[in-house]
Amino acid sequence: MVDGLRAYALITGMWVRSTLAYRASFAMTVVANFAVTALDFVAIMIMFGHVDALGGFAMAEVAFLYGTTSAAFGLADLLLGSMNGVGQRVRDGTLDVLLVRPVPVFLQVAADRFALRRLGRVSQALLVLGWSLVQLDAASWSAGQWLMVPMMVLSGTAIYGALYAGGAAFQFWAQDAAEVQNSFTYGGNTLLQYPPTVFGAELVRGVTFVVPLAFVNWVPALRVLGRDDPLGLPGWVDFASPAVALVCCAGAGLAWRAGLRGYRSTGS
Amino acid sequence: MPDFIELDRLEKVFTVRRRAGRLRRERREVRAVDGISCTVARGEMVGYIGPNGAGKSTTVKMLTGILTPSGGRLRVAGIDPATDRTRLARRMGVVFGQRTTLWWDLPLRDSYALMRRLYRIEPARYRVNLERCVDLLDLGALLDVPVRQLSLGQRMRGDIAAALLHDPEVLYLDEPTIGLDVVSKAKVRGFLRDVNAERGTTVLLTTHDLTDVEQLCDRVVVIDRGRLVYDGGLAGLRAAGGGERTLVVDLAREAPPVEVPGARFVRSEGPRQWLALPAGASAAPVVAALAARYPLADLSVREPDIEEVIARVYASGGVPAPTAAPR
Ligand SMILES: Nc1ncnc2c1ncn2[C@@H]1O[C@H](COP(=O)(O)OP(=O)(O)OP(=O)(O)O)[C@@H](O)[C@H]1O
Ligand SMILES: [Mg+2]
Repeated sequence: MVDGLRAYALITGMWVRSTLAYRASFAMTVVANFAVTALDFVAIMIMFGHVDALGGFAMAEVAFLYGTTSAAFGLADLLLGSMNGVGQRVRDGTLDVLLVRPVPVFLQVAADRFALRRLGRVSQALLVLGWSLVQLDAASWSAGQWLMVPMMVLSGTAIYGALYAGGAAFQFWAQDAAEVQNSFTYGGNTLLQYPPTVFGAELVRGVTFVVPLAFVNWVPALRVLGRDDPLGLPGWVDFASPAVALVCCAGAGLAWRAGLRGYRSTGS
Repeated sequence: MPDFIELDRLEKVFTVRRRAGRLRRERREVRAVDGISCTVARGEMVGYIGPNGAGKSTTVKMLTGILTPSGGRLRVAGIDPATDRTRLARRMGVVFGQRTTLWWDLPLRDSYALMRRLYRIEPARYRVNLERCVDLLDLGALLDVPVRQLSLGQRMRGDIAAALLHDPEVLYLDEPTIGLDVVSKAKVRGFLRDVNAERGTTVLLTTHDLTDVEQLCDRVVVIDRGRLVYDGGLAGLRAAGGGERTLVVDLAREAPPVEVPGARFVRSEGPRQWLALPAGASAAPVVAALAARYPLADLSVREPDIEEVIARVYASGGVPAPTAAPR
């Protein structure tokens, strides 16, 4: 495991060095990445130009939701976003090359073409999160409330990461499954930027029990913001995000193993 | 000492779906490797040959842990490649003629540096190995070129170097001389011979260029349609292949077809005549009989062409019993 992480660091480091060799173009891609993701938030700001609340949530609260999910998604995207490429490698058989190196394939796939420009999304999300914390007067929060914030971001990263890994595993069978996975990750992230109250109960139930995205921010955030849970779940569920994240990661891990075991290379 | 590589009734079956009719799909089994048993001792250099689709690459992929066998048993240095892939990876080197194990966008030098750290190669050892490879494979001018800009032959040499930087105990080469020019081929062959002789690296190579096998391997394993058809020395393959040696006789003057026991007249061209001898038989009695009866100017014996032997083996789908009577 430690060995694997060291290898991950080595490979990503190599990609970072090779991107930094072209500083100007790197800076441009980071800015572009930042700007594109910021557009999401601009859309929300424009909406609040016309209304005072969205599903009963004020702008600062929506910004809090936005910041937590986007930071988690951005981190997962930064760390594991490259896994989308595995379908291509399965199709053309270049996964063979990763399999003969003394490093777990999972980490090689994750580190492949590591794109530091994805920091753009993370930094934009953290800015919005910071702004929302100021607006929400977080200085007066209890230690418990404060602790929930990093817990949300970390568990969220793990949940999104599990989606990336699970989606990548699925690409062993269906090589164009990347589309489906994107709709869960990108789609999920867009969904979670808005309060659950603007969506129907069916959808909220779906993202709670089927694809447990609600645990990225909705469920714990409602507790932090002192809001009622639209599904009326028991109180302890609000703290279940780390456990949910662990279960997701375990599931993704199993799927990955099964996928890799079924890998059959190509004829030439 | 147990054998270094052991294959015991090794099998790999691919299930492929084929379109049959407009919507129906049909499942079919391809027995790519169909019960191959053989062993390779440490330090051996084995040529693994067979016609297209014989199952050579599939075998190499099982040996390296890329594919899990569907049946049989496989051990490399006592390790099961399918379950202990990463542990074995440190001890083996692989070269695929068809694809590179290097990082496409990186210069060779950076690829090698990354390999050094991934394989935890001691710096001193690494320097020595790299220098040697650069020297013998003539890589000096290529070190700073990104892999994608290398020509096929240059890339292949780069790949061979990469496979040897960590002093592997065994080296698998799947068509390593594909696309190389004559000079590069000679260089690569010489290098492989050195590696095998000096470090005792076990080498298994597949190829369609039989000169590779002739120049490098004492032993050949021939497979066809997933089955082993021959395992032994090259000389034995020649004999078993039922090939004929050719005796080229230059007579002092033009003459009707010569007649000697043990040889068969093939054709003549002026004073030169071609006779065929069974591959296993000695040429001495024939030559003696010839000299006694005809005025000889010159005489030479040609071994059956290995290409021809192999072609015959492939075509017949197996090695005829060595006792088969020559025609
Ligand atoms: N990934 C795969 N899926 C399905 N069938 C495969 C796969 N890989 C190989 N095969 C089949 O298995 C058989 C053996 O293929 P293999 O690549 O091992 O042959 P080979 O001896 O290396 O041939 P060549 O000399 O052409 O490289 C072929 O019939 C091939 O179609
Ligand atoms: Mg092949």
